[in-house]
Amino acid sequence: MIQLSVNHLTKSFDTNQVLDNLSFHVNEGEFVSILGPSGSGKSTIFNLIGGMLLPDEGSITLGNVKINGKRGSISYMPQTPSLMPWRTILQNVLLGQELMGKTDSEAARKMLQKAGLGGYENAYPHELSGGMKQRAAFIRALLSPQPIILLDEPFSALDELTRHDMQKWLLDIWNEHKPTILFVTHNIEEAIYLSDRILVLSSKPAKVIKEYKVPFNRPRMEELYLNENFLACKRSIHHALKNH
Amino acid sequence: MINLFRKGWRPAAVLLLLFIAWEMAVNLAEVPAWLLPPPTEIVLEAISGWEGFSHHLQSTVMLSLLGFAIGTVIGLITAVILHLLPFIRESVYPLLILSQNVPIIVLAPLLVVWFGFGILPKLIVITLVCFFPITVAALDGFRQTPGELRHYMLMAGASKGQLFWKLELPYSLPSLFSGLKISATYSVMGAVISEWLGAKEGIGVYMTLASSSFRTDRVFVAIFAIMLLSLLFFGGILLAERLLIKWKSRESARK
Repeated sequence: MIQLSVNHLTKSFDTNQVLDNLSFHVNEGEFVSILGPSGSGKSTIFNLIGGMLLPDEGSITLGNVKINGKRGSISYMPQTPSLMPWRTILQNVLLGQELMGKTDSEAARKMLQKAGLGGYENAYPHELSGGMKQRAAFIRALLSPQPIILLDEPFSALDELTRHDMQKWLLDIWNEHKPTILFVTHNIEEAIYLSDRILVLSSKPAKVIKEYKVPFNRPRMEELYLNENFLACKRSIHHALKNH
Repeated sequence: MINLFRKGWRPAAVLLLLFIAWEMAVNLAEVPAWLLPPPTEIVLEAISGWEGFSHHLQSTVMLSLLGFAIGTVIGLITAVILHLLPFIRESVYPLLILSQNVPIIVLAPLLVVWFGFGILPKLIVITLVCFFPITVAALDGFRQTPGELRHYMLMAGASKGQLFWKLELPYSLPSLFSGLKISATYSVMGAVISEWLGAKEGIGVYMTLASSSFRTDRVFVAIFAIMLLSLLFFGGILLAERLLIKWKSRESARK
């Protein structure tokens, strides 16, 4: 079942056309990645879906409801953790729920426990490492009541080792809760390792130049990175990006 | 407490040295007491004249506290209105700065003419000196909220009210407290100035009486009382800051 669908989006800033007739969809419970060179308008896509901007043409629907310019329809995890420094971790992960109405601190505690943040409920963000902050930011997004989570290059600021840990951790959590995820990244390996489907974007103005179904079964292990087929996938996507 | 002692002994020692030098200079040069009394005489006067002075002190404390409270409330309300309504901010903010350029010494007698010798003109004077640092500090705090936090809040669907209560207000607290510290010390000054205009009691009244009768020692008692009061007010705000902004103190303790 289609959860989010983006239909014929066009967006320009002055004379600079960022999106050109962009269409794609995300099914319920699906993990979809948007892969594109930097400056290809990925954040513009998120800002449009998040209701921060209005498209020049086209529509965005969630379920069957049009959400053009409607903020708060999606749950969001930004590139930086963006935790409020005066809130404890528990209060921070509840913020998404708080903005929408009801909070459930019991569920939040349980989820923090499972995410390896047990014992940090009452700590402040500055007491946590970069990876832990990103976990908290993801749990905040996961606890928010909206039906789809947008992740905006969430691991790009982390070091290589922490990033691998975080990817594995994200897969574990995803396997357990199966939320619908739209993930933006410029890292090809990350996209293959995590997603069901990859949308490869062209540079500006952005449109989908290739849609790639990732052939690997779940649950995926880290060894996948060294698999022949994995490298073949990577090559094929790399070519698609280069040849355009 | 130990920390206070560790940090405080240097300025205390300098102050003590200053007093000793003063005492010696006055004694050696045989300066008459009505011109410049030695510190020991001032201390003696503070002790022996305490009965006559304490009700003045009390009155000033009450007046400054009340004025500070009103100034804070008005300062905060002004900041919130100016922040939430950009149109008003653009048209009123320059005038606010001008309001600070009117010399209080000139304005104060006028206020007495308009509002009489009651408490109202005094409170207006204190409020006028108090509200401005608070308004400026709070406005700066509101406006400096990091873009990434604002972006998250908006993407997550925060309303304008939620944005203010859950992001801008808590974020501006440290900045707001800087303004409060300045205003707290100003409030004592404001109270004393307003008492010069004509009041039944207060440090300002005591000071005027003392200087017109050449009781220089009493003038100094008043000066030291004002300094001590300002320091106490400042300390009070510092304490409130520690209690309210726990995350900040833990952050700096770690660094």
